[in-house]
Amino acid sequence: MEATSAGATGAPRPDLYRTRTRRSTGEAAIRYALLAAALVSVLTTTGIVFSLLEETVVFFGDVGVGEFLSGTKWTPLAGGESQSFGVVPLVFDTLYLTGIGLLVAIPFGIGSAIYLSEYASPRVRRILKPVLEVLSGVPTIVFGYFALTFVTPEILKGLGLEVGSFNALSAGLVLGVLVLPTIATVADDALTAVPGSLREGAFGLGASRMQVSVRVVLPAALSGVVAALVLGASRAVGETVIILVAGGQKADLTLDPTVAMQNMAAFIAAASRADIPTSGPEYGAIFAVGTTLFVMTLVLNAISIRFVRKYRQVYE
Amino acid sequence: MAERVTQEPDRQEREAQAATSAVPSAGSDGQPVALQTEAHGQKPAAGTREAIYDLDDVGVTYGSVPAVREVTFPIYQHEITALIGPSGCGKSTLIRCLNRMNDLIPAASVTGKVSYHGQNLYDDEIDPVQVRKHIGMVFQKPNPFPKTIYDNIAFGPRVLGMDGNMDEIVESALRRGALWDEVKDRLKTNAFGMSGGQQQRLCIARALATSPDVILMDEPCSALDPISTGRIEDLMLELKENYSIVIVTHNMQQAARVSDRTAFFIVDLKGEESHRIGHLVELSPTEKIFTNPDDQRTEDYVTGKFG
Ligand SMILES: Nc1ncnc2c1ncn2[C@@H]1O[C@H](COP(=O)(O)OP(=O)(O)OP(=O)(O)O)[C@@H](O)[C@H]1O
Ligand SMILES: [Mg+2]
Repeated sequence: MEATSAGATGAPRPDLYRTRTRRSTGEAAIRYALLAAALVSVLTTTGIVFSLLEETVVFFGDVGVGEFLSGTKWTPLAGGESQSFGVVPLVFDTLYLTGIGLLVAIPFGIGSAIYLSEYASPRVRRILKPVLEVLSGVPTIVFGYFALTFVTPEILKGLGLEVGSFNALSAGLVLGVLVLPTIATVADDALTAVPGSLREGAFGLGASRMQVSVRVVLPAALSGVVAALVLGASRAVGETVIILVAGGQKADLTLDPTVAMQNMAAFIAAASRADIPTSGPEYGAIFAVGTTLFVMTLVLNAISIRFVRKYRQVYE
Repeated sequence: MAERVTQEPDRQEREAQAATSAVPSAGSDGQPVALQTEAHGQKPAAGTREAIYDLDDVGVTYGSVPAVREVTFPIYQHEITALIGPSGCGKSTLIRCLNRMNDLIPAASVTGKVSYHGQNLYDDEIDPVQVRKHIGMVFQKPNPFPKTIYDNIAFGPRVLGMDGNMDEIVESALRRGALWDEVKDRLKTNAFGMSGGQQQRLCIARALATSPDVILMDEPCSALDPISTGRIEDLMLELKENYSIVIVTHNMQQAARVSDRTAFFIVDLKGEESHRIGHLVELSPTEKIFTNPDDQRTEDYVTGKFG
């Protein structure tokens, strides 16, 4: 019907049918290649989860889940009677070390971000931002030895603190220095994304630069700033080498930062190198701790995503 | 804080000074003062009206590119002064000199004198933050903060450490901004949920909350529909009893409807070098600008033959 009436006007009917050309075949191929690329990371993650879970399940055949999650003595590599698989001290130490790190990294990181985005002249900013970005690429082993051979003996002992050669304070502080640039650069991106019109509005009301930064720009960029903090926190939670080198080899349930502490990632690294049978619970503990760490970071990220969604401010 | 305290005592002196300096400049542009006074009926007698601003040979340069040059004119208290002219002639640039908003653009530099109550705003000892406490600003695009309506209004009074009951301050600002009845039941909701016209009135109310002496408006209605525009114009006419207003507008009818005095600027972007810099053609009572301007270019512009 349509076709005949259209034909009646005498205009040639355009060909709108799907045809297979070399171009359309190429498009399809590219599409599948891209999909495959995306799948690589998904599949890898799935593979990691399965290999973790497999050994973890075996481990929980030897050690009860309750014993693992609520035990307060963590000596998995000790032989015989004194061997104990209570993960609480290890989780606690992980959070404690992260806490010390964030105590350094949050104020200095946010401070640097505010300085960069609100105070620094374009010229200073052009120099400082890349420096920070490079700093966040320094291999962590460098930070580890910095903590062990400089911060502990020169600074902490120099200040008269009675710290062990391996101690939580030194490792935690340097952990903070490690994540500081990450927090600073990501938070700076969030702050600079706040439209200039909001700053003008606030300045126009007689607010000082500090008031504009803290009361308008920072809250307006809150979701991005929180994302920066979570990124920093997950980096600190998962950091291995600094803790391995400067933190020590044992995890106790203590609030004393002058003694050695170990976090979960450092335990995994240390235990993997240790001379242990691949069939016993010592070996399984590595995977159980890995799973726990995985879940912890997952929860951290989930919280942050929810938070970011809730407070995201959309500027056109 | 210390500076605010030290500035207060000489304020009266300043105003006295400004009052005396106003008389010659008011006379010098030879405008029929009586007509203005009659037309609006709310003005103080001609002799007592003050020039709050005296611009003297003001020029602004962005980097090495001059944007406006040699601008000299007074701005009077309790009047609405409109700045009109073709795009790029430096209206925004100039209005931003009146509260040192140009400071936020690192490349901008200002020459000449912008006297406000007898003090050059660009003197070294002047604190731009103090300046902006007295001279509020409303922008072309509504720019509410991503906060509640209440917190938007309370922001200024809070940062200035104003005392008094905050609820009352907010209510009174919203009433003066002709917005109270529309928003009184949703003060604690986010300002982004308001219409564009409401947002712009919120921004005006926000500027009023700090009780400034002058309100600068850069094309405040350009993003609004005629009804919101009409409301804001009515509001401006009400506000000029207590405030002095400077408005930039592209809308000739708007300038004609609300302003007492109009400054016409021009720029010839294709012309020879010196003409590519915006400059003042004439400042006259609005009625004169629209009926019998001194300069042919003004007439061409306001009658739409140009630009
Ligand atoms: N931030 C800036 N940096 C460099 N040049 C600028 C800047 N702002 C404005 N200019 C230049 O200054 C001149 C005047 O601009 P201005 O914005 O003051 O014009 P305007 O009269 O407000 O125009 P419009 O009516 O389009 O808003 C223009 O040539 C513009 O390119
Ligand atoms: Mg403009």
